[in-house]
Parts: sequence; C-alpha cells; structure tokens
Amino acid sequence: MTTTSNGGAKTASPIVGSQPMKGVNKPANVNIVGLSKIDYKGGESTLCNGCGHDSISAQIITACYELGVKPESLIKFSGIGCSSKSPAYFMSRSFGFNSLHGRMPSVAQGALVANHTLQGIGVSGDGDTGSIGLGQFIHLVRRNLRMVYIIENNGVYGLTKGQFSATSDIGQELKHAGKNELPPIDLCREAIVADCGFVARSFAGDPKQVVPLIKAALAHRGTAVLDIISPCVTFNNRDDSTKSYAWGKEHDERINDFGFVMSQEEIQIEQVPGQTKEVEMHDGSRIILKAVDKSHDPTDMQAALHLLTESHKKQQFITGLLYINEDRPNLAEVHQLTDKPLSHLQQDKLRPSRESLQKIMSTMF
Amino acid sequence: MLRDLTAPDNLSSQPVQAPASGVAERAPVINDFSITAATKNGSGSQTANLALLRAFFKMGIPVSGKNQFPSNIQGRPTWYTIRLSKDGYIGRRETTEIMIALNNDTVLDDHSNVAPGGVFMYADDLKLPVSRTDISYYKIPVKEMAKASEADPKLRSYIANMVYVGAIAQLIGLEQKEIEAALLFHFKGKQKPVDSNMKVVRAAAEWAAKNLVKDDPFKVERMTGKNDGLLMIDGNTASALGAIYGGVSFVAWYPITPATSVADGLNDYLPRLRTDPETKKPTYAVVQSEDELAALGMVLGAGWAGARSMTSTSGPGISLMAEFTGLGYFAEIPAVIVDVQRMGPATGLPTRVSQGDILKAYWLGHGDTKHPVLLPSSPYECFEFGWRALDLAERLQTPVFVLTDLDIGMNQWMSKPFDYPEDQMDRGKVLSGEEVTALKGGWGRYKDTDGDGIGYRTLPGTDHPQAAYFTRGSGHNERAALSERSEDWENNMERLTRKFETARRLVPPPVVDMQQDAEVGIIACGSTDFAIQEARTLLSKQGIKTSYLRLRALPMNDDVTMFLAAHKRNYVIELNSDAQLCQLVRLHAPQSADKVHKCNHNDGLPLTAHWITGEIGYLESKK
Repeated sequence: MTTTSNGGAKTASPIVGSQPMKGVNKPANVNIVGLSKIDYKGGESTLCNGCGHDSISAQIITACYELGVKPESLIKFSGIGCSSKSPAYFMSRSFGFNSLHGRMPSVAQGALVANHTLQGIGVSGDGDTGSIGLGQFIHLVRRNLRMVYIIENNGVYGLTKGQFSATSDIGQELKHAGKNELPPIDLCREAIVADCGFVARSFAGDPKQVVPLIKAALAHRGTAVLDIISPCVTFNNRDDSTKSYAWGKEHDERINDFGFVMSQEEIQIEQVPGQTKEVEMHDGSRIILKAVDKSHDPTDMQAALHLLTESHKKQQFITGLLYINEDRPNLAEVHQLTDKPLSHLQQDKLRPSRESLQKIMSTMF
Repeated sequence: MLRDLTAPDNLSSQPVQAPASGVAERAPVINDFSITAATKNGSGSQTANLALLRAFFKMGIPVSGKNQFPSNIQGRPTWYTIRLSKDGYIGRRETTEIMIALNNDTVLDDHSNVAPGGVFMYADDLKLPVSRTDISYYKIPVKEMAKASEADPKLRSYIANMVYVGAIAQLIGLEQKEIEAALLFHFKGKQKPVDSNMKVVRAAAEWAAKNLVKDDPFKVERMTGKNDGLLMIDGNTASALGAIYGGVSFVAWYPITPATSVADGLNDYLPRLRTDPETKKPTYAVVQSEDELAALGMVLGAGWAGARSMTSTSGPGISLMAEFTGLGYFAEIPAVIVDVQRMGPATGLPTRVSQGDILKAYWLGHGDTKHPVLLPSSPYECFEFGWRALDLAERLQTPVFVLTDLDIGMNQWMSKPFDYPEDQMDRGKVLSGEEVTALKGGWGRYKDTDGDGIGYRTLPGTDHPQAAYFTRGSGHNERAALSERSEDWENNMERLTRKFETARRLVPPPVVDMQQDAEVGIIACGSTDFAIQEARTLLSKQGIKTSYLRLRALPMNDDVTMFLAAHKRNYVIELNSDAQLCQLVRLHAPQSADKVHKCNHNDGLPLTAHWITGEIGYLESKK
C-alpha cells in the first residue's frame, strides 16, 4: 500500500459519450461505456413510500445510464435534509459527500476545482437551498462551477416534521405550522438573476421531461439548476398545495417539449419551422425544444423572468427549460486549471526548487 | 498605549540620564533606544517608518518595528515604534526615547510620553502649549520642506514623512545610503519614487545639519555580529511562503484583519513560483470566498478530493468555521487553517494582538472534537509550520490549525533564513485502484488497519468500481456506511481518540531550555517568546533563575509533564484574559496543577520583558 503519495488514482475519462455510438458492437442492455443499469443503482431508500425524491433518483440513474456517464467519474454532493439523503440511493459506485445544511455549494466548489475532470451532481432541497443555503447557492451560480444542481422542492421541512420552507405558498396551511403569511422565494428566478446559464423546472412525476433535462444539464458547461417540484407525501400533499401531486397534474404549464441529443448521435428529431428551437451545448450536443403553447425563447433572460412572474400570479408552475446561456466561462476556465487536476499533482509540480527559495530570500532585504 | 508609554522602564541596559543639559555631560547612548513616530493612518508614514527600520537593520543594528494602528482607513492616530537593541532583544519595550510628533490630535500625550532625557522632534505646525525641562526639542518645518521638494502636489503629504526621516538620520547618524537601499526595496527597484523621496531626505538632512544643535545622547553606529545573514520579513508572508513550499494547491479565504496579508503573500508569490513550466498554467487555485463558512467548505471539498488545501483567517472567521471544522474532524478530511489571532471577543480590537483563540481552536466544533494546533513563535517557524501543517493534515486526515498572531503576522521581524524542507512531502494514506483490488474487498475507509487510528482513503475519480465511499457527518461504521448503532459510534470515537494520540507523537515537540537548580519554570507559546528571552536575562540578574519550555504545538506531550515536575513553580505566560494555555497545562498534568500559575496579560499590545519580569518578580516575592 502506498502511504506517501497520491499515486495510482488515474485521471478520470470524460463523462459523456467517451466512445462513438456508431459502429460499436455492444452487447444488449449495456450502455456505451459497457455498463448495465444495475451498475448505477444505489443503496435502499429510507424515504417515505411515494416520495418524489425517489422518482428523481431513478431519473438520475436513467439519465446517467443512457448518457454513458462513468460512475467513477461523477461525484454526488448534498447538504442536509430529506433530499440530501438521496445521493446514497443512486449510483453507489460514485463518490458521495453529504455535507452540511446549506453548505453543499462550497464543498462542491472545492472538490471540483481540485479535480475539474470529474462531473458533479448536487442534490438539495428547498430548505437547504432557499433558506440556510441561499447565499452559497447564489455564489455557486455566480462562479459558474460546472455541476448539475438539483433542488428537490417540496415546500416543506420534512426531516424536522412539517415546518414551512422559503418556497412554501403564501396562505398555505399545514397541520402544525398553521398558516404561512410570507410569499415564496422562486429559486429559478433567483438563479436567473444570478446569471445562471441553465435554469429549468420540472415535476418529479414526469420522467419524460426530467430525464432529458438532467441529460442536458450534464452537458452544460457551467452550473445547471433544476428546480424539480417533488411532492412530500407525508407533510405537504394537500390538494391545495402547489407542491402536491394533484396540483402538479392540474397546473403543470409546459413551455416546451424537450429533446436532448448527444453530440455523437445523428440528429433525427422532426423539425417544425417556427416551432422548434435548437441550442448547441459546448460539447457539441444539442437541445431541441418544441414549443407547446407559446414560443418561449429560452435564450432571452427577460422573457424567462417575465414568464416566471406571470406564472406566480396565476399560481401555475411553468415547466421546461426556462433559460440557457452557454457563453459564460466556468470556474475551471476562470482559474485556467491544468489538464491534470490539482488533486493529482505531486511533489515535482508542487514544491518549488531549493534555488528559488534562496533567490526569494536574497531579495528579502 | 498611553499608560504603557509612561510606565517607568527600569530595564534599559543603558539608563538615560536626565535632565538634558548639554552634550558634554551626557554619555552617548548608542544603538540602544526606541523611536516612535506619531502620525495619522493613511498618511503614508509606513514608507518612512519601514525605510528607517530597514536602514538600521542594514547598519547591522538589531531592530524591531511595531505598528500600532487603528481599525480605520484614514485620519486616526497611529504610532510606529522602532526599537534598536545592540544586545539583540527585539520584543516590545514600553519606553520611547525619541518621539517624532506629527499628529496634532495626540501631541500632548505624545509629548508627555517621552522618557526623561529623551527627544521630542515635532512638526512646526503642531500646537504645543507646554514644555518640559528634561527633554530635548527639535522643531521641524515639515510642510514647508515638503512644498520645497517640488513633488507632485498629490504626493506632497506622503513625501512630507521623508522630512522626519532625513532630520532624524542627520541627528543620530543614520547613513543615507542605507535609507536609499531601503527605499529601493520598498519601491521594488523603481528608481523614480526612490529619487523623489531621497531628494526630500537629503534636503531635510541638510536643513537639520544647518539649523539644529544636537543636545541629546542618542546615536547609531554600524555594528557587526548580530544581523549577519538575517532576513527581514513579516510572519504572514512567511506563512504564505511556507504553504507554497509545502505544495499548497487550493486556497479559499475571506478578507479579515490581520490575516489578509497571508492571502496577499500567496497571491504575490504563487504566480512566480508555481506556474507549470510546460503548460504555463498555475498548479494552484486561490478563491476569495463569500464568507469564512464557504472558505472552509471549499477547503474541505478540495482536501477531500486530494488537493493540498488551506485557508487563513482570524478570530471571527474561526467562529464561523466551527461547523465545518467539526465536519472535517468527523469525516476525516485534511485541511489547514491559519489563524492570525487578534483581540476578541466579538469584533474586539481588530488591529490589536492577542492569544485568545487557543482554547477555541483546540476544541472547535460541537460534540467531542479536538484538533492539532501548531504554535509558531516567529516568521522562521511560520515558514516551517506552513509546510509541516500540510503534511500533518494529510497524514492525520484532519483539520490542522496554525495559530500565529497579529504581532508575528503583520510586523517586520529579523529572521533566520528559512530552511528548505528536506523531508519528502507526506501525502498520507491514499489507496490507488490497484491497491483496492489487492485488498480483495477488505478495505474500509474508517478501519484502523495500522493501529494508529488513521484509515486509508481513496480519492474521488479513482478508476475502480469499489474505490468510492460516501462521506458524511452522520454516524458511520468502518466501511463509511450510515450507522446509528451505539457500538459503531463508540468504536469510531475511540479510534478518533487513538488518532489524536498519533497526532501527539507527530506534532513538533516543545523547545526546552532546562537550567540546573532553577526552581522556576516558564511555559509559553507564540510571539511572547521575544519578550520572554529578554525577561529571563533580567530575572537572572535579579537572582531568579528560570527554565523555559516553549510549546510549538498541541496536544502536549510528556516533555511538559516532566518539565512541570522538575520545577517548584511554573508560570504560564500568555496574552489573553482567561489564562487559556494555563488551563490546558493544568488539564494536561493534573498531578502538577498546584505548581502551575497563570501569568497572563491582555491589553492589546505585545508583551514586554518589563511586564514579565515585574509579574514574576512579584509572584516570586509572595511564594
């Protein structure tokens, strides 16, 4: 066993589509990196039966499996709360860091600057992100760390048994907490205002929308925020709550149908002039949006903010890709990080020479 | 400050004769006195003061400079005191023999604070309605001379400070070529500002030669034997350089006095020393975080991922880092936290020194937590512990504190040259994918295979299906799985205590100077060392022989136990109100607790030999 060096751990291979799709004879039921879906499973969930968070875990597994993300090259991060427990329930072959309440962004920033070759998925909740962690969340977005940041938003504190959160609806009533007198914080709006380059909202019970959104988020070059309404079956599933299954089914206002095409795939989606919008990601993959009821332009920040403000008034929730901007450099680019991650540099690169110390001291007066 | 300055200082090895009554009757005082410049902060006097300090140093005279500055940007009173000591004592002294007064707001106090027989040099526009018969006066036309310099009007008030440099140099015999060398260093080799400043220095010296009649005994003379081969540096720059030679690759920090210059040092030297020659890219990342919580969160994330990771802060930052420090301890993640201590509690006195974070740092975090704490006493040790702390953090897989303070960190010190780290970097117990395979499923992240309490870790990205583990602050078993079983909890906590015993063996041991037949033992750490060295000489002259144990780290080892047992009375000297180190010493060796006495002081200023000698003399007289 090596006790004096970091040696051995290899630089991870790229996360998405490291091998071409075409011309590869792969066995059935394995993905492009030769793994079966079971290689993506996690520990057994301890969340309540029917919890929206478990659906999201399943959709993360599907997205990563289908994309061919190598589990070893992905890190799972979380804060504290019901949502933050869930990284233990998917992809056990990935490293995980269940950090502190509201502090996941800082831990993720340290880890992914130390090793920018790894992909990160953070799972947080509305309390973790919207209350105790709002500051770190905004600064993560501002720095544009390349990671997927999923908010499993149920509008309630579950693990402490049913207090209002910062995303609870105004006027909402809960059994012990009484009536909520304060308006909710819209975390998508916060993300857009902080110049987040990828902001989407979805519903845990809608895998057809969630899976391609996660895939697209993984291909985004910076911080991708996914606010996924995830009903709490135990503490917040009253029909009049906007975070309930019933409300979600009735009030889900889609702004786009969503297709994600990996860079290696041939684009075969049906093109309807005037109704589709194609967004190219930095790695060459594409998002294809098909407008449903109105032609929302997700590259228009003001339009996205307007849409969110209007939906607020109507107590609707708008789902789909709200805003995208691939132009901002990410944190690794800002820091001009070397190809070999900082975490794997050894003494030869890290300790300056004896002569350099002599030289510095000779100038120390 | 004022009370201190007026306190009698009977310790000067060269007593000043008073009153001043002509040069002929007074023996010269050479290389053994203090000069204080009383100015306003933001006036640019720091350039002048450092030029004086460095010029004395270059003449071979042992010096120390102490900046007593306000927590403010401009216009508040500031004093800079330079002590010249031919015997090589560089701790603080209370007494000032030469006062240079440029601040009308403090002129009356500054005037009364001059030691009898001393000098009062003052700007001619100050209002001084009183006078003394026991000191010498020199009135200097500062504004007029600054105006005559024809310097850019915007820079005139800065350049005015050079008037007192030139005048004092002429009066005491400081060589102009050394002032010029000091300015050239200060302005990083740029000749133009050196020339404009030197022009004023020369003009002021010429004016002083023509217009002032020296009637004081203070002189400087070039000397050898004390400063040879020494550097002049502040502790924070030394801490930064130590970390760089320790291979730090990730830094997150938040601005705070008096720690900011650690990050400044990193930002200054990293680009020069750690740009990869092949890729021309940095082998490090420095992030200014949104607060201290995030700073330590980032540092832990990076340390967990395998980078050599550190932050620097001061007391209020330490309070904010409590939560993450506890997580780092329990999840066992390497991190280095440099705490440049200032006066607390609360905002306290941000620009004054204290050793008030000892207990806090040692036990930071809720529940049962304890951390290795390194205690450098000088810039030399700031450098050494800068790299050692990174080795210890990775070896022990835990946050390691380095406690310096404002006095070491922000003042300029004469220092031995730094020793290049001879040890190979210790990256601790890290498993590769192949090594995980070789263990055939036997690996557990928190398993104590070697009996030293330290498990083996893997790094994120290790390309092996069994290399990953889940890091958490909740209860876990040897294999890092969530566990609420009492047995798992107890096993884990026992192992962490075992690991702390390993830390006790690995941290730098104390430096012990045992004196035969000494009944008195002195125990201390950090910046009080300078005053203690001098105080021991003075105590010995008074017939009190002392041994000295200087702690360089916590936890303490058996050296402390033996030292306590070997002396009838042990005084723990420290700069805080609650005698924090004294409490720890008593806890370490309860059997000797009745022989351990507190000897603490906490007025915001560095300790003086005068105070220590008086206090121990008094305590000894009561024994």
